[in-house]
Amino acid sequence: MNFYLNGKPVSHEGDPAARLLDVLRDDFDCKSVKCGCKEGECGACAVLIDDVLYNSCCVAMGSIEEAHVLTLEGFRETKQFAALSKAFGELSAVQCGFCIPGMVMASHALLLKNPHPTTDEIREGLSGNLCRCTGYNAIVNAVENAAKEGDGLW
Amino acid sequence: MEKISQSVVKKDHAAKMEGRSIYVADYNTAKDGRKILTGKILHSKTARAKVLSVSVPDLPEGYFYVDARDIPGDNNVNIVLDDMPVFCRDTVEYIGEAIGMVVGPDAKEVDRILSGINVELEELEPVLDLRKSTEAFFNYEYGHGDLQKAFAEADKVFDEEFETGYQEQAYLETQGMMAEPEDLDRMFVHGSMQCCYYVHGAVKRVLGTDNIHILQDVTGGGFGGKEAFPSILATEVAVAARKANAPVRCVFDRREDMEYTSKRHPSICRYKAAVKDGKVTALDIDVIFNAGAYSTLSAVVLQRGLIAAPGIYNVPNIHVTGRALKTNTSPCGAYRGFGAPQTFFAIELLMNHIAQDLGVEPLAFKEAHLVKQGDPTSTCGEYHFPVPVQDMINEIDAVCDYRKKRKEYAKAQEGRFRRGIGMSMYFHGAGFTGSGERDLIKAVTRLHKYPDGKVEILASNGEIGQGLRTTFCKIVSHELNIPFDDVFFEHPDTARVPDSGPTVASRSLMTVGELLRRASVQLKEIWKDGEEQEVEERYKEPDFLIPFHLDKFEGDAYPTYAWGVNAVELEVDTLTGVAKVLGAYGNFDVGTPMDYNIVMGQMEGGLLQGIGYSSIEKMDYDNKGRIRNNSYSDYLIPTTKDVPNLKCLLHVEKYPYGPYGAKGAGELPLVGVPGAYVEAMEQALGKGHRLNHAPFTAEDTLFEIMKEVGK
Repeated sequence: MNFYLNGKPVSHEGDPAARLLDVLRDDFDCKSVKCGCKEGECGACAVLIDDVLYNSCCVAMGSIEEAHVLTLEGFRETKQFAALSKAFGELSAVQCGFCIPGMVMASHALLLKNPHPTTDEIREGLSGNLCRCTGYNAIVNAVENAAKEGDGLW
Repeated sequence: MEKISQSVVKKDHAAKMEGRSIYVADYNTAKDGRKILTGKILHSKTARAKVLSVSVPDLPEGYFYVDARDIPGDNNVNIVLDDMPVFCRDTVEYIGEAIGMVVGPDAKEVDRILSGINVELEELEPVLDLRKSTEAFFNYEYGHGDLQKAFAEADKVFDEEFETGYQEQAYLETQGMMAEPEDLDRMFVHGSMQCCYYVHGAVKRVLGTDNIHILQDVTGGGFGGKEAFPSILATEVAVAARKANAPVRCVFDRREDMEYTSKRHPSICRYKAAVKDGKVTALDIDVIFNAGAYSTLSAVVLQRGLIAAPGIYNVPNIHVTGRALKTNTSPCGAYRGFGAPQTFFAIELLMNHIAQDLGVEPLAFKEAHLVKQGDPTSTCGEYHFPVPVQDMINEIDAVCDYRKKRKEYAKAQEGRFRRGIGMSMYFHGAGFTGSGERDLIKAVTRLHKYPDGKVEILASNGEIGQGLRTTFCKIVSHELNIPFDDVFFEHPDTARVPDSGPTVASRSLMTVGELLRRASVQLKEIWKDGEEQEVEERYKEPDFLIPFHLDKFEGDAYPTYAWGVNAVELEVDTLTGVAKVLGAYGNFDVGTPMDYNIVMGQMEGGLLQGIGYSSIEKMDYDNKGRIRNNSYSDYLIPTTKDVPNLKCLLHVEKYPYGPYGAKGAGELPLVGVPGAYVEAMEQALGKGHRLNHAPFTAEDTLFEIMKEVGK
């Protein structure tokens, strides 16, 4: 299986039915990708595949041939990430941190599609990512701030 | 805003934001580079049975089966009483109980071995109906005044029963623990936990040696769920690692976690009230909690629930009884609020119902009964400090127009959508119940100054998302007047830090934070540039306290109280039963916030968990004792879309014995939400509906509406 991981061409030999989540964590050491439920419900393992948000626990390796997979390991090197990190930091939107990698990838996916989302659109865009700590206000406000201050990055 | 309250970027922000934090599942190898074996538990599939035999298939090389026979010390997990075993004894008492553990290098092979194990059982009749349970782990009674006289003289007597269900902590990171045998037979255990010294005590007893140390890894949420359960899992992996003489890690999958680990106690509360001249003169309260199969933390959970049972109302005659009853189900334990949400729900609804019966607006009725500074508490202690609840009610009214909406929605509502608004008020007793802090915990903290002027905090409290690594450092840097960046607080390892107690009971900041502030004062006095210095501070009970006697439930159960007022406004779709939360409001007094954003994050997160507890978070077991709602598909927690209008206010009433006036904060915002939610639901449904349980789901709404059709 050949695909691109965080911009670099990689290949993986193994079961095409293996979960992308497990392969990313175990074979490519992408430990930012968290396993919260393995049933596609919590969003902790969310990554971008060709700029679209997926729960990597529900993606079979056989389906990503030639696709571009982006995890936080790659995204954290970007200016877009820096804008999100600043906004999350200023509002202390990160508590236990376990949902955060997925939440950040979901925020990025949303802003790629819609660089100037309304509050409701942000809530819709992040609705597949569970957070048990924050009550979501700080996260939603942070994404709103990042979209404003990072204007032009998406 | 005071300087200490001004928000900073959290110490753990960058690592968590960048996905670089290492949670227990993220280690590639053990500390010494060895491969980590995977451990998986052989869970009981039967609620109650004698275990006759366990047949394990032939094990490939490098694989082990571990059970109670491998325990070198005592097969008891050190919690409160000695009943919870590490691995089962002669019987299993709930579905999920650990019979044994299979460990080995390949997770799939471990699964294969597990599925090949044959457990021969003699099934016994399980006790599943809480009302039919006769075995009380704990049984308490207290009261004061003349109940008989009050009931004899009453104009009217009310008698109602209230029920609440399970609540699952649903932290995003499941339970996980790893044990690594080190040189010289030393066992190193680390993982996701709130209380490293609780785990230390448990592992020490089970291994029969003090040659151990426990480290808290980065922990993906706790909410009480990682207070006691980690002690169980830690002992299991420690025994396995000892047998295999190799590092062993066990990380629960979501279904194991939801089904088999501790959650909030379901409750049935029966309240009888005597009313004379428009006032409640007596309360006779009986509380039962479903403890599950082993006692774990139920004693202390029940104590807190019983102390809160009369709510924040001044009732001269009270009598409270309570029992934590055994059923053959997963042992319940700590969850944010710790027994109090159940009884506050009951008293809040009871007060509403009495008021409605008397033809009085519930809010005015509650206001007429509010406790004030100097009043006795339910346990004949004293509210030593101002009770700001009336001001808090007025502040929340100003934000959500409560009184006006309450009147408006009281008018007859017809048609598909109906609206309602409700309000609840409550406290959270800050810190440990009773004399636990003085007699059991005896917290010790240290500050270590390095020659370069950096100061390290040595305490056993854990960052679990609540911001402790930041707020502790803020307190020390503020008192020492040194830069925030020069103070640091790592995740605690019992090899390095003194026992400053567990991360529970909203105590860390108020109690340990104050010790750190005092340690900082000490360090400031002896500070010498360029030198390595250390100071220590120990807990001393404030001298204003009326000593608490648990045998009589008498005295100050808490030094002070954090106060909360909630309002919930909702709209019910009578066709689908679905309720839309139009607004969830909280006004919270947790004293001086040690960091505005962090405190608001706690309040908002707790309030939303409370909305979940009130509405969609439904969990139950079937007639075999199996919990059916064991995934995020079957046990729903709120998403970004559920409560877009969630607003919190802070009302600051400083506590002179907390650091800069801070009180306990973390648990408060969840405690009283169901009372407000269900009152709003009652008003929305109108037509005389009297509700008495939480969660109140869409299905419950439809059942209520069907009653209208029947009329």
